[in-house]
Amino acid sequence: MENRWELNKNLAQMLKGGVIMDVTTPEQAKIAEAAGACAVMALERIPADIRAAGGVSRMSDPKMIRGIQEAVSIPVMAKCRIGHFAEAQILQAIEIDYIDESEVLSPADDRYHIDKTKFAVPFVCGARDLGEALRRIGEGAAMIRTKGEPGTGDVVQAVRHMRMMRSEIDRIASMREDELFEAAKELRVAYELVAEVHREKKLPVVNFAAGGIATPADAALMMQLGAEGVFVGSGIFKSGNPEKRAAAIVKAVTNYEDAVQLAELSTDLGEAMVGINEQEISLLMAERGR
Amino acid sequence: MKKIGVLALQGAFLEHERAVSAAGAEAFEIRNSAGLRREMDGLILPGGESTVMGKLLRELGLFEPLRTQILEGLPVFGTCAGLILLAQEITGERPYLGTMGITAVRNAYGRQLGSFECAAEFAECGEIPMRFIRAPYIAQVERRVTVLAEVEGRIVAAREGRQLVTAFHPELCENTAVHRYFLEMCGR
Repeated sequence: MENRWELNKNLAQMLKGGVIMDVTTPEQAKIAEAAGACAVMALERIPADIRAAGGVSRMSDPKMIRGIQEAVSIPVMAKCRIGHFAEAQILQAIEIDYIDESEVLSPADDRYHIDKTKFAVPFVCGARDLGEALRRIGEGAAMIRTKGEPGTGDVVQAVRHMRMMRSEIDRIASMREDELFEAAKELRVAYELVAEVHREKKLPVVNFAAGGIATPADAALMMQLGAEGVFVGSGIFKSGNPEKRAAAIVKAVTNYEDAVQLAELSTDLGEAMVGINEQEISLLMAERGR
Repeated sequence: MKKIGVLALQGAFLEHERAVSAAGAEAFEIRNSAGLRREMDGLILPGGESTVMGKLLRELGLFEPLRTQILEGLPVFGTCAGLILLAQEITGERPYLGTMGITAVRNAYGRQLGSFECAAEFAECGEIPMRFIRAPYIAQVERRVTVLAEVEGRIVAAREGRQLVTAFHPELCENTAVHRYFLEMCGR
């Protein structure tokens, strides 16, 4: 499986500098692809609607996912519940390009995540800090994203998670080698992973921002904070003009340091998703799965 | 030292910058038309999603100037999505820059489960590692195109004048043979 792991990390490398968009229908998938998405996440309901509907949220119907696979030529991702390896097996059987073991869905296991090393298809997982990220990588995740707080249009938690990861990576990088053993214990991860972070001064896999990104400026903010790309969920298809907003966010991720261009991209986008502040929500999805 | 521009709109451009440095040249990123006007000895179109790069090339005003420079002889190296951008024909899709006499088949090996690694002969460099990620291959070449590598009977690397393409990703491997080959093509 050593070779699959490399190939799977490599696919995430090809997605860098790109935007992965949540879509619920083949039509939305086509809009996303035409707007410049580097991949789409196929799911039955976007996080804002999952949040509104409540109840148990599960893997999408394979028929719906296949419809999206047939509609676009870019990679297609889909979500399974945390710990639900049978859902993951099903997604692998329909040849999904990436599985998101996601806190957006209701967790199926409150103790164990999926042993992702047993799969040939790659996994992306959410993380709030370096420990979570490295635990997921230890379990076989080939890509990491911040958890943020999905379905809110509030970027504050994605910012918090990205800053937290960055500062913890800097801390590990600045340690003496003999301090890494204790750091591994504190983070509850294998020493080898901590040693790799110390050596490379970055996560061993690609790291995207996700959860609450709603505008080109949000995307640029996350890129400047060190994200290698962004996921946009509810922010696009819950807004007034999805095509235009999607295309603007794509360009903002490419030219995230060009404020003149960002001003242009932020102009006249129509209504953004309304959004909910983190204090106003009772369910913190980011708390799911440590 | 030779200066190589790397198109940095989306995808694995950082990996190419590292490979260019390892092969003994200097790399810089091109994100807009100002970047394209800088003096360079060669240009790399990296892997990523060709649909994204093709769209951004057009909307950021890079498409025509880039095409003109390639036609005027700027050495160019396209990997994976970069190969697709250069192909004069793409099966089932409209071409992008279309400067090279090859027909590309996109996602020719299927989805991510079809991604693979192997070793094969490349040009006169001997056997090198090749990594294919949701890769294309070349179904046909015009007579003026030289085939540089084949895997299982399919063309995966080719050259036409100062244009070089590979369906695989040499920037993901330690071996710098392909980048050194390209730098040779960038002689002043």
